[in-house]
Amino acid sequence: MTGQISLAKQVKKVLVGDHAVAEAVKLARVNVISAYPITPQTLIVERISEMIERGELKADYIRVESEFAALATVYGAAAGGARAFTATSSHGLFYMYEMLWWAAASRVPLVMAVVTRVLGPPWNIHDEHTDLLAIRDSGWIIGMAQNVQEAFDMTLTAFKISEDEKVLLPVAIGLDGFILSHTAEPLDIPSQEDVDSWLPPRNPRIPYTIEPGGEPITMGNLPKNDVYHALLKKYMDESMENAKKVIAEVYDEYGKLTGRNYGPLTECYRCSDARYIAVSMGAWSGDIMGAIERLRDEGYPVGLLRIRYLRPFPEEDITAWINGAKGVIVFDRDYSAGLGGVLASEISGFIPSNVSFEGVLAGLGGFDVSPDEFRGIIKEFIDKTEREGPIKIRKYWYIPKVEG
Amino acid sequence: MVTMTELHKYGTRKFIMPGTAACPGCPLQVGMRQLAMALDGKFVMVIPAGCSSIIPGTAPYTAYTVPVLHVPFASSPAVASGIVRAVRQRGNEGPVVVWAGDGATADIGFATLSGAAYRNEDILYIMADNEAYMNTGIQASGTTPWMAWTTTSPRGKTEDKKDVALIMLMHKVPYVATASIAYPMDFIDKVRRAMQVKGFRFIHLHAPCPPGWKMDDAYTIRAARLAVETGAWILWEYNQGKLTISPPSIPFKDRARRKPLEEYLKIQGRFAHLKPEDIKLMEEKIDRQWDLILKLAEIYK
Repeated sequence: MTGQISLAKQVKKVLVGDHAVAEAVKLARVNVISAYPITPQTLIVERISEMIERGELKADYIRVESEFAALATVYGAAAGGARAFTATSSHGLFYMYEMLWWAAASRVPLVMAVVTRVLGPPWNIHDEHTDLLAIRDSGWIIGMAQNVQEAFDMTLTAFKISEDEKVLLPVAIGLDGFILSHTAEPLDIPSQEDVDSWLPPRNPRIPYTIEPGGEPITMGNLPKNDVYHALLKKYMDESMENAKKVIAEVYDEYGKLTGRNYGPLTECYRCSDARYIAVSMGAWSGDIMGAIERLRDEGYPVGLLRIRYLRPFPEEDITAWINGAKGVIVFDRDYSAGLGGVLASEISGFIPSNVSFEGVLAGLGGFDVSPDEFRGIIKEFIDKTEREGPIKIRKYWYIPKVEG
Repeated sequence: MVTMTELHKYGTRKFIMPGTAACPGCPLQVGMRQLAMALDGKFVMVIPAGCSSIIPGTAPYTAYTVPVLHVPFASSPAVASGIVRAVRQRGNEGPVVVWAGDGATADIGFATLSGAAYRNEDILYIMADNEAYMNTGIQASGTTPWMAWTTTSPRGKTEDKKDVALIMLMHKVPYVATASIAYPMDFIDKVRRAMQVKGFRFIHLHAPCPPGWKMDDAYTIRAARLAVETGAWILWEYNQGKLTISPPSIPFKDRARRKPLEEYLKIQGRFAHLKPEDIKLMEEKIDRQWDLILKLAEIYK
């Protein structure tokens, strides 16, 4: 099939990010959805319940009493052979924490949308990535969307990635609270027919099914030897490595279906001749691209490396993109207390000693950072490096002046 | 009603394979075996953290002969909700059973239990109550009786036992019962009657634990029977609007026919420190419980 023919089968809609995720869940013909309300995620599950009520989606929607129960429920559904989905934010994600690990190491396919939000106190519903990044060790594949179209595409592809026999790990899709979740953007949505041909129903036997009268298998009892447990982690690591290939394959197929092509693990904007690389993930990457444009006009050879998937960690992409760079500046909308920005910390290990490096903590608590501010920060970093040679700043707190 | 002839049929059938990690005299294997007889070995178990996570032994082996999902402590009713929705969508109407201890049920998992019950999920929930956190070494739980010694109540627990079955009754689920491992016919009948009903079914199974109760290994069944005969554990059944006292407990409606409470308490080291006035107060609590259950039986006629 050619790109043009498949594109013709798509419908253009204008949706907020949360509703785009719900649309992807519907097209994936998810069997069981369970969630608990939390801002700014709530629009997703409200829309899904409407879809089920209207008969557009044939699925069980389970109204649970907490996020812990939401993940436990979809985990049970996945173990019972269903395609399952949940969504949450911030405190809700943290309330799930124990189940996140159990679900991942049980090797059942699952998809969860995480609409990123600040963690309290104080109460704050605005955007930050710290919540999503706090699950990075749990065994979930973690993606972060830049815009509404990508939030939709990432959610739909997540089912295919998670259910792949070479992967069998749950997938979390991040989208920025309010900036994407509540902001309407035009997007292209493939037809149900096209999605069906590309994403068949889940095979309930893979990896295993817990069902009455079924094979008497047991998942989760004590290991005979603790080395088995270590082996499980090693196998999960191998699956994470496999996921890099599977993600690329899935986006390749998806690109043929929709005409939309992605990185797939990372994308680098104006990087081919760049001597300086900025790094970011999520919605503000669009603003940083704006800053890059202006800096390019001013003669600065700078590009933007955007992380699409943080797990599996795209180290090959990162080392390839920064190869030959004079400086790397990383923007974190998150903070690991006592360390610094999570992206900066993870990437700093791949930066050669003769390359300038700066980690910038910005937008914490949800404050806006404008393209002009990004431009200023990047420009200062480049100017300083050109003036003084390689600098090493692991964390720079960008805190604007507060009026009133 | 299940008959002895039928139970004899299961005499040699190994619902739980030998060589488990259970303590001598463990009531949980007794109860689980009775459950398996009731369901003819065809069901799924969701088991939260507790003794029953350890009993089947170590992977890649298991002593359990049905599909089992071991899950985090607080999660089992929610996980079972997901399983049951998934398998029902594929037309599988088989029993999805939560087999959980008292800590998982009355304490840490209480929210997920309440949630699954209020949604009336099509689950059979067996709360195997050995009256403390036995797997971690005998710490007091919500269902540890008043004045019982545990490692976290060294001078006797100061709170009363949480009445989980009555709390479940107030969730207005179709089936709630209490049971005892010493009365297999009663328990098996209850499981089978529960399976005639669709929706959330809850059975509170009394399961005396020799090490946890500081009791001789040989006394498991004796203690369970004495709990009923002294009136301390009342067997009752609520089935779709009707609450009845179960046959083994009927004689003990009459206070005079109950065995002296000391007979039940004296075989348990956990009550060795009780003074006569404590026992008297305990008897008063038992009387009040009987009053309550009998009044409920009148209301739910």
